[in-house]
Amino acid sequence: MARRILPGLSLTLGITLMYVAIIVVLPLGALIFKAASLGPEDYWRIVSSERATASYRVTILCALAATLFNLVFGMALAWVIVRYRFPGRRFIDALVDLPFALPTAVAGIALTTLFASNGWFGAPLAAIGIKVAYTPLGIIIAMAFTSLPFIVRTVQPVLEELDPALEEAGQTLGASDLEIFLRVILPQLAPALLAGLSLSFARSLGEFGAIIFIAGNQPFDTEITALLAFIRLEEYDYPASAAIASVMLIAAFTMLAITNLLQARALRYTVKG
Amino acid sequence: MAKSKSRRPPRIGDAPVFRNTMIAVVLTLVALVIIAPLAVIGYEAFSRGIAYFGKTIANSDTRHAILMTALTALIAVPINTAFGVAAAWAITKFDFPGRRLLLIVIEIPFSVSPIVAGVAYLFVYGLQGLFGETLQSADIKILFALPGIVLASMFVTAPFVARELIPLMQAQGRDLEEAATSLGASGWRTFFFVTLPNIKWALLYGVILCNSRVMGEFGAVSVVSGNIRGQTNTLPLHIELLYHDYNAVGAFAAASILAALAVVTLIAKVALERRGAGRVRRPSLAGTAPDISETTP
Repeated sequence: MARRILPGLSLTLGITLMYVAIIVVLPLGALIFKAASLGPEDYWRIVSSERATASYRVTILCALAATLFNLVFGMALAWVIVRYRFPGRRFIDALVDLPFALPTAVAGIALTTLFASNGWFGAPLAAIGIKVAYTPLGIIIAMAFTSLPFIVRTVQPVLEELDPALEEAGQTLGASDLEIFLRVILPQLAPALLAGLSLSFARSLGEFGAIIFIAGNQPFDTEITALLAFIRLEEYDYPASAAIASVMLIAAFTMLAITNLLQARALRYTVKG
Repeated sequence: MAKSKSRRPPRIGDAPVFRNTMIAVVLTLVALVIIAPLAVIGYEAFSRGIAYFGKTIANSDTRHAILMTALTALIAVPINTAFGVAAAWAITKFDFPGRRLLLIVIEIPFSVSPIVAGVAYLFVYGLQGLFGETLQSADIKILFALPGIVLASMFVTAPFVARELIPLMQAQGRDLEEAATSLGASGWRTFFFVTLPNIKWALLYGVILCNSRVMGEFGAVSVVSGNIRGQTNTLPLHIELLYHDYNAVGAFAAASILAALAVVTLIAKVALERRGAGRVRRPSLAGTAPDISETTP
């Protein structure tokens, strides 16, 4: 009886449901409807075509490599920001979010220019025989750039709240720093780290803007799945575009479920008994 | 200072050699990975001097793209904000079945690729979509026009404001609002004089992040806009056009506007975080706040 003394439920819930229905559910429903109307045979033919599977391979492998890079760099970045005090620390902390703030198209042309064979990084790399722009390496760099903040921002708060007593216990028991890191600190970071990894990987799977400039976009070689969906659209092959987009949607939902699971675990870890 | 330092035994990784190496490596990587892309934008934009930069920005297509982007943000951001506030109020001030599901649905756009979002909108408003023929016979243009761009922008930013407000309002509880209404204040009065002062920084934080994403959105908008030069090109799309025209200076000049916006957004973000915004979102110790701590743009 006393539960609902506040006004505005019907108004705010009405607005919320209407917005979610029109903006989020309707288009995704339309996409699923379109893909489903293809029929299982046609659908399978499109999503398992050689060009499509090649694009999945490129996307997944590059996303894995980018996530691996971010695992190392993101961890190091979070560690340095949390554990050390040095001039410019706050500046670095703020800069971590730049990849999220910078529009993907802007990041795309900037990275391409840096890594082109006459660019600041591309020229010296070309001199030692490494080609980045228009190769899978370029895709990896674009993916790593756009998803960098995830791991830093998931690990950072956990690292801040680590109990020094546990490390001290390790020290008094005679463990080396490396042993303490691997067996005391890392297990505490693991849930947050896993959640950050899955966020980073999911973002890399769906990234488009930053990649298409640097990728070269050669079918079978440097063509990501998002681009293939876009190309089918430009060719007016709408069923194929719907089918490929639906595969990406399924992948996104799978990653969302995994992330939520990992995050629920991470949350359980953070709760102090 | 020195006293407290000496009392605490050194934590692992505090050995000077390790510490300094880590800082040096990380700072170098930050310079290469984060600062260099920003620097190259400025360098390329001004590579032919300030006068040329000014001329490029003043180009009528670029001016139109800036206008389109501003117009899109001017429509999408306020609607999004209203939605975010309404969603936060409904979810945190009342108990109803399906709250968790609603939270998940609001968060979905974060997980969906912008390209998928764009393609999905095509199948609603495009000629081959659900309402395509109806819209055409009524002569209403949504795709390849401003409404489509605004709708796609609203999709990708749907969670931005709600996500900042919900954990905060959840943590603040309902006592203040309940006291205000029981003293006879109307719902609006309660919101504006009791709730709003407590959430204003988080709200502003969400609005700024939402605006930054709307103005920079590329993938979803590139599907629904039709890329018509001087008509439906937003700034990010215009950058792509100029870049593929081999007009690198023009592309980077346009890009520098968005890069400047990104820097301003970051500064505002830091300033607001000092006022407590953006903090409650992290997995809360009490474990009561909804765990919508997914992404942190």
